[in-house]
Amino acid sequence: MTPARKKRMTLIGVLILGTALAVGLILKAMNENVMFFFSPTQVMAGEAPKNKLFRVGGMVVEGSVVRVPNSVKVQFDLTDNAKIITVEYEGILPDLFREGQGIIANGRLDAKGNVIADEVLAKHDENYMPPEVAATMQRVADKDGSIKNKM
Amino acid sequence: MSIYIIDKKIMIKATWSFIQKFSSPPHFYRISGKMQPWFMAIFIGTLIYGLIGGLYLAPTDYQQGDSFRIIYVHVPAAWMSMFIYMVMAFCAAVALIWRIKLADIVLISSAPIGAMFTAIALATGSIWGKPMWGTWWVWDARLTAELILLFLYLGIFALYNAVEDKRTGSRFVSILVLVGVVNIPIIHYSVEWWATLHQGPTVTKFDKPSIHIDMLIPLLVMAISFKCYYITTMFSRARTELLERESNAKWVTKLLVPTKAD
Repeated sequence: MTPARKKRMTLIGVLILGTALAVGLILKAMNENVMFFFSPTQVMAGEAPKNKLFRVGGMVVEGSVVRVPNSVKVQFDLTDNAKIITVEYEGILPDLFREGQGIIANGRLDAKGNVIADEVLAKHDENYMPPEVAATMQRVADKDGSIKNKM
Repeated sequence: MSIYIIDKKIMIKATWSFIQKFSSPPHFYRISGKMQPWFMAIFIGTLIYGLIGGLYLAPTDYQQGDSFRIIYVHVPAAWMSMFIYMVMAFCAAVALIWRIKLADIVLISSAPIGAMFTAIALATGSIWGKPMWGTWWVWDARLTAELILLFLYLGIFALYNAVEDKRTGSRFVSILVLVGVVNIPIIHYSVEWWATLHQGPTVTKFDKPSIHIDMLIPLLVMAISFKCYYITTMFSRARTELLERESNAKWVTKLLVPTKAD
């Protein structure tokens, strides 16, 4: 390789590393803002902003969904398998909302420490399979006595 | 030892002359013209197979039902948006270091196709997001980084067209492409580095893909199909660009102007 080419190659290397470093530092500084949601553990630890909208993500606890009759009000518990937080929401839930499903609620904390949500989004996981396969896996899991984890 | 050095020198010389020959405009023009119909045929064949396989034959998803089938357009388009950018970044480095004309041409011919795939990925993602997530758009890391990629593509051909001299324009564009390449690992790892609404990787990870094999095969076929589409369209654009840039060269005159014997 000629010296001129070597020099250009080094310059390009420096350019790429330099941008990577700069962007890396910016993202590190903004880490909190890039995070789309907090976990129930983080909210319990007081990491979520007070008196401001924030997002909390977790799994809907089985058997915790309570619907208020004659309204679209619903209350459910959210967990990250460590802490549990209660969410209240009034509105239409996405198709994927169900017990055991990962969801993200956008809202603020009330005095009791519950999240009053303005919006509930369903998070689907990276698993794709036919219903029969899912049913078989569920049977095996039930036999083992293990808990399915979808978040 | 001395024999080894001579060998190495000959090897480098041979490789270099091969690269120079292959990347010479008339040679590329000829070869790409011959290869184009083949890639076109593979594109159409795999597209038909992939669409029937994905939209009709593949089983429904246990959670998302038939709605998941948009994956067969969304995911291959998103892969292409990043793949084409990596091709462009490679071309940019080659063009800047070795001053190979063809690299500039492949780079700029790829940009509109990359932008198109990025737009498709964003649009189909949005259409998928509304029924599944409950929203058209969120500013999570994955979606935002992909949107930045679209702006990068648009910026690349805006910059290229803003400069009168195509060779100077290409040099500016190469530098912009290399600065933007940092976005590619960010897009890919965004779902692992940060909490996002977008799901984690299903196929492109070291683990076994977490998608049923009957669903996976049409997805991979669609990925091959989109790659072949990219190659054929890129060849068309590159060939036109070559003729335009080399319009004064002898090989173009010979190609386009009929000789007296005709």
